[in-house]
Amino acid sequence: MSEQDERALVARLRKGDEAAFTALLDRYHGPLRRLARTFVSSDAAADEVVQDTWVAVLDGLAGFEERASVKTWIFRILVNRARTKGEREARSVPVSALGAGDDTGESAVDPGRFDDRGMWSAPPDKWDANTPEKLLLEREAIAELELAIRELPERQRQVVVLRDALGWTAEEVCNVLGVEETNQRVLLHRARSRLRERLERHQSRR
Amino acid sequence: MLNCQQITELVTDYVEGRMSLGTRMRFRMHVGMCKHCKAYLQQMRITIETVGQLPDEPMPTEVRDELLRRFRTWKN
Repeated sequence: MSEQDERALVARLRKGDEAAFTALLDRYHGPLRRLARTFVSSDAAADEVVQDTWVAVLDGLAGFEERASVKTWIFRILVNRARTKGEREARSVPVSALGAGDDTGESAVDPGRFDDRGMWSAPPDKWDANTPEKLLLEREAIAELELAIRELPERQRQVVVLRDALGWTAEEVCNVLGVEETNQRVLLHRARSRLRERLERHQSRR
Repeated sequence: MLNCQQITELVTDYVEGRMSLGTRMRFRMHVGMCKHCKAYLQQMRITIETVGQLPDEPMPTEVRDELLRRFRTWKN
């Protein structure tokens, strides 16, 4: 759907066209929920955030100015709500229970896997499932990948979900999350490196 | 000459196209000669693409019904 089609949809929505609403639901509910889940600690909390977001979208329709894209507008509403909810949750959880350390410090691959010249001493294991299509057929691998995403530090998780799961551009991600482009790339790099590592471990365990 | 560890740190800049021409050529030269780094790069690409194809959970019927109910309330 083009940006123009989306604007047409919003115009119909303003007039109370239910089909326009269901079209937006079909398009964005899944992605919104996936992103919401990166801010909060349970599926139930994510569902609540997404529902609140839809209500806020309806209530905000009158004030929607066509400067932002429809997508950016809806996702900004979600991010604001999810952040507030996530922060509230964090306050009610002891600090020690939160994932230790953020984000940008570690290396892509365990340094112990290289020799003193920086060449592989423990090279990557070969994967049986050597295409995305083959991997996607392995339910266990997919469950492992979903779990690995969930266990990433929060900002890495948000960036990789938007960039790789939802297919957004770097610019859109920086825009909605409010991060710098360079930082976005570092977070993405750490996240992807860790996810690869988890899949490698999974592939060689079988 | 880049070593393997450096390749693993540069791989995102490479696939994102955020590299100077010189570094890009050194990166390619290394990967062209090193089967382990070639495998690493391929695994990164598989990882990225697989994340891109993870299925979304379907919207539960109750949630859909509830949202449509709210829509009708909003409309009136």
